[in-house]
Amino acid sequence: MKPAAFTYHRAHDVADAVGLLTDLAAAGEDPKIIAGGQSLMPMMTFRLSRPSALVDLGPLRRVPSMTAIDHDGHTLALGALVTHRAVETAKLPEGFAVLARAMRWVGHLPIRSRGTVAGSLVHGDATAEWCLLALLLDAVVVAEGPGGRREIPADQLFHGFYATAVDPDEVVVEVRFTRPAPHAALTEFARRHGDFAIVDAAVALDLDGSDVTGGRVVLGGVAPAPIRVPEAEAVLAAGGDARDDALVGAVADAAAAAIDPPDDPQTTATYRRRLTRTLVADACRQAAGTLQEPQP
Amino acid sequence: MNDPHLLSLTVNGAEHEVVVEPRRTLADVLRHDLRLTGTHVGCEHGVCGACTVLVDGAPTRACLVFAVQAEGADVRTVESLARDGELSDLQRAFGDHHALQCGFCTPGFLMLAEGVLAEQPDASREDIREALSANLCRCTGYQTIVDAVHATACSRRETERSGARPVDWESCS
Repeated sequence: MKPAAFTYHRAHDVADAVGLLTDLAAAGEDPKIIAGGQSLMPMMTFRLSRPSALVDLGPLRRVPSMTAIDHDGHTLALGALVTHRAVETAKLPEGFAVLARAMRWVGHLPIRSRGTVAGSLVHGDATAEWCLLALLLDAVVVAEGPGGRREIPADQLFHGFYATAVDPDEVVVEVRFTRPAPHAALTEFARRHGDFAIVDAAVALDLDGSDVTGGRVVLGGVAPAPIRVPEAEAVLAAGGDARDDALVGAVADAAAAAIDPPDDPQTTATYRRRLTRTLVADACRQAAGTLQEPQP
Repeated sequence: MNDPHLLSLTVNGAEHEVVVEPRRTLADVLRHDLRLTGTHVGCEHGVCGACTVLVDGAPTRACLVFAVQAEGADVRTVESLARDGELSDLQRAFGDHHALQCGFCTPGFLMLAEGVLAEQPDASREDIREALSANLCRCTGYQTIVDAVHATACSRRETERSGARPVDWESCS
């Protein structure tokens, strides 16, 4: 299908984009930002989304900070127009290498070449890899609005069902990942390669040698928004050997027991729970290095 | 509310100016305004890859780009592959390997492969499979498409090594 009609506005810098969003809204329009457009355009062609105006951030690719990938020794900062593909092919420090490895799960190559990290986060799909990674690595989204810039931590970002804390008159300028995770992995299951995941799981282990001292367990596809699973993280915090199958099984069982996944005829709650158990166990083993990640 | 925009872009080396409504996709501008109907349109929501073209060298689904976003871009379509009526090595490899039957998906696969081989000339067979998984084909079962692209990659590498003397894919393993 073809998208509904809209007016088109090119932003030339961030302030210009914020100004356009504010002015269009004041004129009774329903403006939306387009960057890579790889999530927005399918929604518009299905007419699930019908913004009356689009503000294009495309020209901001000329602003170096918008496509920069910077590491200051502790935090990894991605400009808002950094693409999935740019992360996939970047040489990232060990603590953030999981980001590059996880990119193979994001759509397909042409989608990754255009789609942006910030766009995926603001879109807020509950199974989007970036949403899980944001919770795993304590991302902070820097958004600029009419009142200036503010920082939104990942744990306050997702309101569920494609809603996020970024306001309609705000433009994301940067995403910072503040928690390095050298022992981390993301894995998922979809019926076809490159499709949206039914369930995806990301695990980061805090390791002292092979001793687990804590960690994170993040799930997508089991709730309206991506979630951390404190019950499973408690098992990691209680400690054990990362190579121990009993520990991995206990983490996976705790995650599967803690969730209340959606139930529909095609994908039952029972099935999602079983997927969760399998995927959390796989992610734990991949994070510990006892299971090889699937090669692209 | 049709809000016409003047759009300038380069397609297959030629500069074009078109007046477009913002909701017109790049795929529709190529086909309807520029009459380059080699780019096929399948699903119109980014799943099938039939409309794949190169935008500034990167394989892109032309149905997932509004034409107005391609202002100033350098676009290549399947019409750019053949020179003076001679099919390119990649196109010949598709024919030789039976990598097409009905041909509907072929322009998309060709442009996807063209972009991938330019970026990753050393792509392994597995790399090629992974990249080609972006597009759908309902006839071939994909193996022959992978064969064709792999053979092209191989013959291009051999040609590079031998110093300009074209090496046919048949002598590649």
